[in-house]
Amino acid sequence: MNEFLKVKGRIFDIQRYSIHDGPGIRTIVFLKGCALKCKWCCNPESQSYDIENMQVKGKNKIIGKDVTVEEVMHEVMKDAPYYNRSGGGLTLSGGECLLQPDFAIALLMAAKEKGIHTAIESTAIVDYEIIERFFPYLDLFLMDIKHLDTVKHKQFTNQPNERILTNAMKIAMSGQHLIIRVPVVPTFNDTPKEIRAIAEYAKVLPGVEELHLLPYHRLGSDKYVGLSREYELKNLKPPNNEWMQLLKEEALKTGLRVQIGG
Amino acid sequence: MKKYYDSEIAKSSRIPKLIEHLYAKLPVIEADRAVILTRVYKETENEPIIMRRAKAFRAICEELPITIRPDELIVGSNSKAPRGCQVFPEYSFEWLEREFDTVATRSADPFEIAEDTKQKLHEVYQYWKGKTTSELASSYMEQETLTAMEHNIFTPGNYFYNGIGHLTVQYEKVLAIGYKGIIKEAKEALKQLSITDGDYAKRARFLEAVIITSKAAIKYARRYAELAMNMAQECKDRTRKKELITIAQNCANVPEYGATSFYEACQSFWFVQLLLQTESSGHSISPGRFDQYMYPYYKKDLDAGIITREFAQELMDCIWVKLNDLNKVRDAGSAEGFAGYSLFQNLIAGGQDEEGNDVTNDLSFMCIEASMHVMLPAPSLSVRVWNGTPDEFLMKAATLTRTGIGLPAYYNDEVIIPALVNRGVLLADARTYNIIGCVEPQKAGKTDGWHDAAFFNMLRPLEMVFSNGYENGEKVGLQTGDVSLMKSFEEFYDAYKKQMNYFIELMVNAINAIDLAHAQRCPLPYQSSMIEDCIGRGKSIQEGGAVYNFTGPQGFGIANMTDALWAIKVLVFDEKKLTLSEYKKALENNFGKGMPKKKAELITTEIVKEIVKAGNPVSESQIADIFKMICDNYISETDRKKYEQLLEWIDELPKYGNDIEEVDLFARDVAYTYTKPLEKYKNPRGGQYQAGLYPVSANVPLGAQTGATPDGRFANTPIADGVGPASGRDNKGPTATANSVAKLDHFIASNGTLFNQKFHPSALSGVKGLQNFTSLIRGFFDEKGMHMQFNVVSKDTLLDAQAHPENYKNLVVRVAGYSALFTTLSRSLQDDIINRTTQGF
Repeated sequence: MNEFLKVKGRIFDIQRYSIHDGPGIRTIVFLKGCALKCKWCCNPESQSYDIENMQVKGKNKIIGKDVTVEEVMHEVMKDAPYYNRSGGGLTLSGGECLLQPDFAIALLMAAKEKGIHTAIESTAIVDYEIIERFFPYLDLFLMDIKHLDTVKHKQFTNQPNERILTNAMKIAMSGQHLIIRVPVVPTFNDTPKEIRAIAEYAKVLPGVEELHLLPYHRLGSDKYVGLSREYELKNLKPPNNEWMQLLKEEALKTGLRVQIGG
Repeated sequence: MKKYYDSEIAKSSRIPKLIEHLYAKLPVIEADRAVILTRVYKETENEPIIMRRAKAFRAICEELPITIRPDELIVGSNSKAPRGCQVFPEYSFEWLEREFDTVATRSADPFEIAEDTKQKLHEVYQYWKGKTTSELASSYMEQETLTAMEHNIFTPGNYFYNGIGHLTVQYEKVLAIGYKGIIKEAKEALKQLSITDGDYAKRARFLEAVIITSKAAIKYARRYAELAMNMAQECKDRTRKKELITIAQNCANVPEYGATSFYEACQSFWFVQLLLQTESSGHSISPGRFDQYMYPYYKKDLDAGIITREFAQELMDCIWVKLNDLNKVRDAGSAEGFAGYSLFQNLIAGGQDEEGNDVTNDLSFMCIEASMHVMLPAPSLSVRVWNGTPDEFLMKAATLTRTGIGLPAYYNDEVIIPALVNRGVLLADARTYNIIGCVEPQKAGKTDGWHDAAFFNMLRPLEMVFSNGYENGEKVGLQTGDVSLMKSFEEFYDAYKKQMNYFIELMVNAINAIDLAHAQRCPLPYQSSMIEDCIGRGKSIQEGGAVYNFTGPQGFGIANMTDALWAIKVLVFDEKKLTLSEYKKALENNFGKGMPKKKAELITTEIVKEIVKAGNPVSESQIADIFKMICDNYISETDRKKYEQLLEWIDELPKYGNDIEEVDLFARDVAYTYTKPLEKYKNPRGGQYQAGLYPVSANVPLGAQTGATPDGRFANTPIADGVGPASGRDNKGPTATANSVAKLDHFIASNGTLFNQKFHPSALSGVKGLQNFTSLIRGFFDEKGMHMQFNVVSKDTLLDAQAHPENYKNLVVRVAGYSALFTTLSRSLQDDIINRTTQGF
């Protein structure tokens, strides 16, 4: 048996029939642990690497499980016929999959060995040397750029953005297929000016043609209660369709292809 | 040159007008057919049945009132009132007389009925007492069979109370040679007979009957030609006058002669479709491969420049509307089971020719376009899908699915063709199959499939295992032993299989009795004239005239049975958490969720009897009090806690529908308990039994007659629909569910399987949404699923999903940048999505 199938990692969910995170019908594997702590995060249970307890509909649920690549791939490959028909495959999300590089790379290797499409959703917050190791097995890098102003970035995500922006450039230069995604969060980055700035930056990245604007939503708010944590954005309203259209128009001015949603 | 265009065609302004007229009023029950039929039966008392049927059909064609509705291009209606219906007393009638005064006000499928219609029907019914197919059929059944039917183990209601339908005739033959041609064939066959042949008399009478009914059809069309001409003469509007003249010309030519144009072919098709449903009350008279047999006429006219695509589309749209003009009154119970006035006229597009080439054509696309234009339930549109199906076609079909109308249904050639070949259908015939009614495949024009022969509730035999064959003190099933003495799961499962086999035998007895009754009392010469090889064999389809003969009763409840047996296996025998006796008691007590109504009624009756016997009067309100007391207070607190614990254990078990291999493979085995024993039985026409696996919508009413089951299903609640998982027990998304369903053996269920999935329209939004959707279908079909259909749900459904989340656990919605299961979302987010829906999200 291939050694990489035995590599272990920590995940908290596997979601099948995902059709908005990369091409075709996909399975998303959510890895546990993140470097950022975004206030709007819809998966707050992903942030800590520790296995934790969350109340879900009145019942205790253990969040986080250590699994081998082989175990994950057994689940992922159940949908092989649908990947084949749709050009879909595996997407790694999180948390931040770059924080478990050996495990994540092994998963991607296994997926490539099966001939399915691979993607990661990531903030690119780690050393570029680590990111680079992913490329041989990666078809699509879905990278978040949340804000160009590092102060504001830090205020809302707990991390500055310098390394993120530098890595975006390096990834693009490497020739890796890269799509930039922006969570559009009111009070944080939802002005035309801020979105335009991100779009301008994305446009400069060599090879980047697409920008996805992902409207803020409140899916995660119940989970904060389940984790006995405070949801700081309680009173925030999701942006409406008209506003999203307006932001899209603004971003389109850069010449990028822009879509609302993944 | 390209075989087809996939561009949209604009809708004619005529279509909304036709639809408005059709749906302006409540449909009406009319007595004309019943009166004419009864008169002819009285006049022909001692003649052979086939001649009586033919003469009655002739009189109906000659005398039934005819009408051309405003703006129609395709004409012919068997009722004066739009969506009206005729009555068929030769099959059964008591129920209608009983419901005379409630049929207009009932909730499901109401019909108006005039006082003088009631009077006429009442008179007619005096003649029919003791003469119906239904009564003869009952007399052929064994006592055990009747008992099992009374206890709703299976319900062969379809042909028991109605005529033979569920077939597709040789439309292409009428289009090509007309009834003139069929008369010629019958005459030649007559010439071939020798009066000294042993079966001469029977064959000759049949062929004469074919000649009579063919002439009757010609006569019927001519009456329309005259009517159209008269209307034209009086018509002031010049455009309409011209239309009426063309209608008159068409009706003068077809269906007497072969069609010479696409327009004539459309009119000819319609007369066939209409008259089939005037001869018999059988439903699921399915047009089948309309895109194939109509194509030569379309192509010829298009190439010659005498028709435009727009006009061809308009004619097809007119037919689509007309298919909704046909109607049928059912008894109140059946109307609930089949709500929506549906006649299941299945029309299929796409697929292969006899040599296995893809024959998707321009008309295949226009069939989908027509459904988009009319947005009505008929026809039940289906599409055939195989590896050679063009993506454009599947995408076009998906755009129709996206509208939420629930059409089309998708069928997998790669499973159905070998499944039919396995039943002895020739490869060339199997390749050109179509679908009948709901999901039943057959070869058109050659088959009497007796599809939809009965519903078989797979949960009831399990109840019989627990009760050792008894119900309410009456012996209904086999005595398979006291469950408390059963030592292993194998022993228990074996008892279930024995009950299954027993009831399957009784069902075969019931269905064969009905089959025989139809052959003797209601052979159908008109229908038979368009089914091979009735003319050659000189006998009606009901007597075995068709090339292929099957009987297809459908079992349902696979999902509940799988989960139920799995629960018993694990909880009782593997983990020994409780005994079978304890399980039995939990089921009897409906897991502490209240006494099943039926049982409470029974106990109440017993108590009341005792009180009365003791000489005390009992008032209505006292009875109600006793009833309530029994419902509420018969379970101790300790027991209630035990049941709660049991429900929790059941809840934690793996369930069918979540892509868990061991459970799904077990489901495959459970399905075999129905599909395999059935294969060995024969029907009176010499054909084989073949199983279907689907309940249509009977999983709800028949679930209401089923007690609690070991899978945690409460008494009197719905049973799982189709071959899908029990409602709310699948939570891994559509691909996981599809994989589970694909693990059943669909090849052996050659009478069809049915798999429903629910989606929110947003999951199909944009080209990408449609592509992923079609990939889901292709993927499921790669895994050898047979059929798939979709509810794409709207805001109203989402509101209902909020109110009843248990019914919608697998509903996929687009949230924001991704999709999720609706019921897993928080209330506030659900509200969010519902509100967004109104914004055109």
